[in-house]
Amino acid sequence: MGEWWTAVPTETSMGSYEISSISHVTMSPSRQNNLMSMYSSAGLSKSSYSVISAFCTEDNIPQCISYISQELASLGLSSTCIKASSPGGAGLDTVPALNAMYELLQIHRRNMCTLEELEKEQLKKSNTLEQMQMSNSRLKDQLELSIREKSGLHETERQLHLKIKTLQSCLKTEKDEVQKLQSIIASRASQYSHDAKRKEREAAKLKERLSQLLVERRDKKLAIDVLNSLGRSDGKRSHWKTTKVTASHEDEMYKSLLSDYEERQRALMLENTELKKVLQQMKKEMIHILSPCQPSTRGATAEDSQADSDGEEKAGDSSREMLDQSCEHAREQLTNSIRQQWRKLRSHVEKLDNQASQVQNEMESNNEVIPKEIHEDEMEKMRCEVQQCKEFIHTQQLLLQQQLNTSFDDETAALLNDCYTLEEKERLKEEWKLFEEQKRNFERERKNFTEAAIRLGREKKAFEEDCASWLKNQFLNMTPFTDRRSCSSSDGQSALSIRSEPEMRMSSTKAQLAKSLTYATVSTPKPTQSASVPSTAELYRTLRLMPDSSSSRHSHRGRWQESSTIEGGDTRVKSKTRVRCGNIFSLGEDENSLT
Amino acid sequence: MNFSELFKQSNQLCKVSPDGKYLATCVQYRLVIRDVSTLQILQLYTCLDQITHMEWASDSLFILCAMYKRGLVQVWSLEQPDWHCKIDEGSIGLVSSRWSPDGRHILNTTEFHLRITVWSLCTKAVSYIKYPKACQKGTDFSRDGCYMALAERRDCKDYVSVFVCDDWHLLRHFETETQDLAGLEWSPNGCVLAVWDSCLEYKVLLYSLDGRLLSTYSAYEWSLGVKSVTWSPSSQFLAIGSYDEKVRILNHITWKKIAQFDHPATINNAKAVVYKEVERRTAVGSDDLSLHNITIGTTLFNTQSKYEICPLPVQIPVVKPDPDRANPKIGVSTLAFSSDSRYLATKNDNMASVVWIWDMQKMNLEAVLEQTSAVRCFQWDPRRPRLALCTANTKLYLWSPAGCVSVQVPTEGGFQVQSLSWHGSGDSLILLGKEQLCLCFMDTDQEDKSHAGTEDLRAAL
Repeated sequence: MGEWWTAVPTETSMGSYEISSISHVTMSPSRQNNLMSMYSSAGLSKSSYSVISAFCTEDNIPQCISYISQELASLGLSSTCIKASSPGGAGLDTVPALNAMYELLQIHRRNMCTLEELEKEQLKKSNTLEQMQMSNSRLKDQLELSIREKSGLHETERQLHLKIKTLQSCLKTEKDEVQKLQSIIASRASQYSHDAKRKEREAAKLKERLSQLLVERRDKKLAIDVLNSLGRSDGKRSHWKTTKVTASHEDEMYKSLLSDYEERQRALMLENTELKKVLQQMKKEMIHILSPCQPSTRGATAEDSQADSDGEEKAGDSSREMLDQSCEHAREQLTNSIRQQWRKLRSHVEKLDNQASQVQNEMESNNEVIPKEIHEDEMEKMRCEVQQCKEFIHTQQLLLQQQLNTSFDDETAALLNDCYTLEEKERLKEEWKLFEEQKRNFERERKNFTEAAIRLGREKKAFEEDCASWLKNQFLNMTPFTDRRSCSSSDGQSALSIRSEPEMRMSSTKAQLAKSLTYATVSTPKPTQSASVPSTAELYRTLRLMPDSSSSRHSHRGRWQESSTIEGGDTRVKSKTRVRCGNIFSLGEDENSLT
Repeated sequence: MNFSELFKQSNQLCKVSPDGKYLATCVQYRLVIRDVSTLQILQLYTCLDQITHMEWASDSLFILCAMYKRGLVQVWSLEQPDWHCKIDEGSIGLVSSRWSPDGRHILNTTEFHLRITVWSLCTKAVSYIKYPKACQKGTDFSRDGCYMALAERRDCKDYVSVFVCDDWHLLRHFETETQDLAGLEWSPNGCVLAVWDSCLEYKVLLYSLDGRLLSTYSAYEWSLGVKSVTWSPSSQFLAIGSYDEKVRILNHITWKKIAQFDHPATINNAKAVVYKEVERRTAVGSDDLSLHNITIGTTLFNTQSKYEICPLPVQIPVVKPDPDRANPKIGVSTLAFSSDSRYLATKNDNMASVVWIWDMQKMNLEAVLEQTSAVRCFQWDPRRPRLALCTANTKLYLWSPAGCVSVQVPTEGGFQVQSLSWHGSGDSLILLGKEQLCLCFMDTDQEDKSHAGTEDLRAAL
C-alpha cells in the first residue's frame, strides 16, 4: 500500500505536465515566452480583454498591424496579409483583415474542436487509468494474499521438514534398536542352541553312562519269562545273519521300490494314453467341426462319412504310430496339430460368436416386431370372433322375439291350448287310474277285514255256544238232580251268583259280552249286510281293540301319545338328573382341579 | 442302530482284534476278552498290576498288557490260556511297549529313551536299538510290516534308521536335514517316508525307502510350522496341517502343493453345507424330578439335539489362543482321510467345536459340522465314507455324504462318549466313556435308509 501512496504524487505531477503541454500546443512557440511574460506582466488581471485592448492603441496601430501580419505569416497565413489601408495610416485594409480574422476564427474553432476531443480522450484515459488502478490494487491484494499463503506454506514445509528430521532420527534409533535386538536375539539363539547342544550332549553322555551302569549292574530283573517259545508267524525258521541275507534284504527293498515305480509308471502311462485318446478325439472332432459344411446331399454325406472313416483310420493309425514313435516326437506332432486345430477352432468359434451376436441383435430387433404382428393378428381374430358372437346373439334374439310374437297368433294359441288340454287329460287319466288302483286296494283290504270279522263272529258264536254248553253241563253236573236238566238258566245264574263273587263277576262280564254282541247283531238294520260288511269302528269294538264306552279314536290316540310323552318326560327327567349328576361331577372335578 | 449295555473299562483300554472277532477290554488289572458278536466273555486274564497299555498282535492270537509303572509287560495267548509270558524291563523303566508287525517281537522303549529293547517271543532273544529320539512320532512300521523307520538323535543331529522287521537288520541309516525332527510316517505303499521338523520350523522331507531325499517342502518361515501330517490311504496325497490354520496337500509325483485348505472364521463357500447342531432341552415332568434323577445328574439335563443346515455365510466361534503359552491352541491338529481317500476331515484347534470335511476330488470344502461343544474324537468308517464323532456328551454324531445325524446313546448313568473307534468291518462302533464302554451296532442296510439332513435319529430301541 505504501507503494501506492508513493505513486500518487508522481501521477498528479504527470497530469499537470500534460495539461501544461496542451496549453503549449495552442500557443505559438515564439510567443510563448512573450505570452508568459505578458501573463506575468499582466499579473493576474481578471479580464484578458483589457489586456488585448491594451495591445492595440491608437498610437501603435501600424506596429500592431505589422506584428499581427508577422504573426499571421508565422501562422502560415501570409497570403492574406494584413496591410494598412494606407501606409503609416491607422486604417486597416478590411478584406484581408477580415479574411485573416475569418481564418483565425476557423483555426480557433478547429483548435477548440481538437481541444474538446482531446479532453474527451483525456477523460477516457483517466477512466482507464482508474480501472487500471483498481485492477492493480486488486492484483496487489491477490499478490499480498498469495505471498501470505506462500509464507504459510513455507512455514508448514519447514515444520514438516523438522518432523521428517525427527522421524528420521527416530527411525535411525529404532533401526539401531532393532539391529541391537536382532543381534541380541541371534546371540541368544546361538547361545541357546549351544546350550541345548551341550545339554543334549550331556544328556546323551548321561544316558550312555546310565545304560552302561545298567548293563554293568547286570540287572537281575531284566528278564523274559516265556512258558514256551513260539513259532514264527510265517512258520519259517529264522535265518542266520549273513551277507547273503543282507544282500537279499537289499534286493527285496529294491524290488519293492522298483515295483512301486513300475506301478507308478504304469499309472502314468495309462493316464497318458487316456489323455492322448482325449486329445485325439478332440482333434477328430475339431476336424469334423471345421470341415467346410457341404450341401447335405446323400452323395456328399456318404462321401463325408467315408472321408470321416478314412480320417478316423488315419487318426487311429497316427495314434498307433505315435505310440510306437519316440515319445517326444509324437508329443510334438500331436501338440502341434492340436494347437493348429485349436487355433482354427477358436477362430471358428469367434466367427460363430460374431454371427450369433448378430443373429441375437437381429432377434432382439425382430423380437419387438414379431410379437406385435402376432398380437395384432390375434386381436383381429378375437375381434372377428366377437363380431360373430354378437351376430349369433342377435339372430337368437330375433328368433326369440319372432317366436314370442307368433305365440300370440290365434291358431297357435288354440293349438297350444289343445296341447295343454290334451296333456291335462292325459294327466287326469293317469291320476284316475291311480285312484282306481287305490280304490281297488282299499276294497280288497276291506273285504279281507270283513272276512276276518265274519270268521271272528263265527268263532265267537261257536265259543259262546261252547261256553253255553259248558255252563249247561257244569250246571247240570253241579245240580244234585241230574234229571232236572230242564231247569231255567236264571236260576242257575242266581245260584251261581250266590256261590262266588269272582265267578259271578266273570259271568256278568260274559253276560255283558253276550249282551253287547246280541245288541250289535240286533241293532244293525241290515243284519245280513252288516254281518258281511261291518264298519271298522264296529270291527274294532268287536275285536276289543277299542273300549266301547264311546271313546273316540282321537282320544285313544291322545292317550297313547300322553303315555308316550310321559315316558319321554320320564326319560327326560332321568336324563336331566343324569346331566345334573354329570354337572355335579364335573363341578366336583373342577373343584378338584381348582384345589 | 442298536446299542449294547455298558461294560466297565479303565484307562480307555478297549480294542477289537485285527481279525474283528474279539473285543479286549482292561478293567483295572484284569483283561477281558469278549466275542464281538455275542459280547460273551471268552477269556479273563489277570495281570500283576493295573494295565496302562494293551495291544493286540497282528494275528489276533496274542495280547500284550503293559504296566509302565512297574516296567512290566505281560503277554497272553488266546488259543492257549495257560500260556503266559512276562517281560520285566527292570530298573531301566518302561515308557512304551508295542508289537512288531509279525506279532512275535515286542519293542519296549525304556525311560529317558535310552534304548529300545526288542524281545523275541520265538527265541527269547533280546536286542537293543540305541539312541531313539523322544519325539511326537519316533517309530513307524510300514503298512506291509516289512520295515520300521526309527528317528534317532546322535551328536545333536537327526538320523533315520530303516530296519527290516523280519530280522531287525539295519537296512539304511541316513542323516535328515532337520533341526529337530518331530515325526516320521511311511506312505501306505511303504515306499516313501515323510519326515517333518518340529513346530519351530515348517519343513517336510520326503525320503525314498533307500534313503534318497526325494523332496523338501516348506510353506513359510519364521512362524510355528507343522502340527500334523497324514498320508491318504492311496499314498497319492500327503496332507500337512500347520499352525497357520491351513492344510496343504502335496501330490505324490512332483511333491508340490496342489491344494490348500483354509479354515476361515466366516464360511461363505457356496459349495459347502454347514450343519449346525442345535440343542433343545426336553421339558422335565414334575414326577421325573426325583432324587434318583438328581443324583444321576446328567440324565436330568439330557438335551435332544439335531442338525440344522445354516444359510451362508456362517460365522464360526473362534477362541483366540494365549500367545504367551507354549503349544498354543491354534492350527490344524487332526487330519483324517476317509478309507476311499475321497474325503479329508480336519479340526482346527482354535475352532474346537467344528469339524471340516473336504472333498479330495473337487479339492474344496464339502461340509462343516458345528457342534455345541468341543469335538473330542472323530474317526472314519474303515469301509464307507462315513465319519463318526463325539463331543464328550451322551450323543454320537455321524456324517456321510447324504447327511448328518445326531444319535442319543440310550444308556443310563450319564454315559459320556469320550472317544470312539470303528470295528474293522464298519458295522459297529465302540464308544468309550470315562470308565465304561458301549458298543453301537450299525444297521447293515444303513445305505438304504435316507439320511435326512437334519433328522434326529433317536436310538431305535
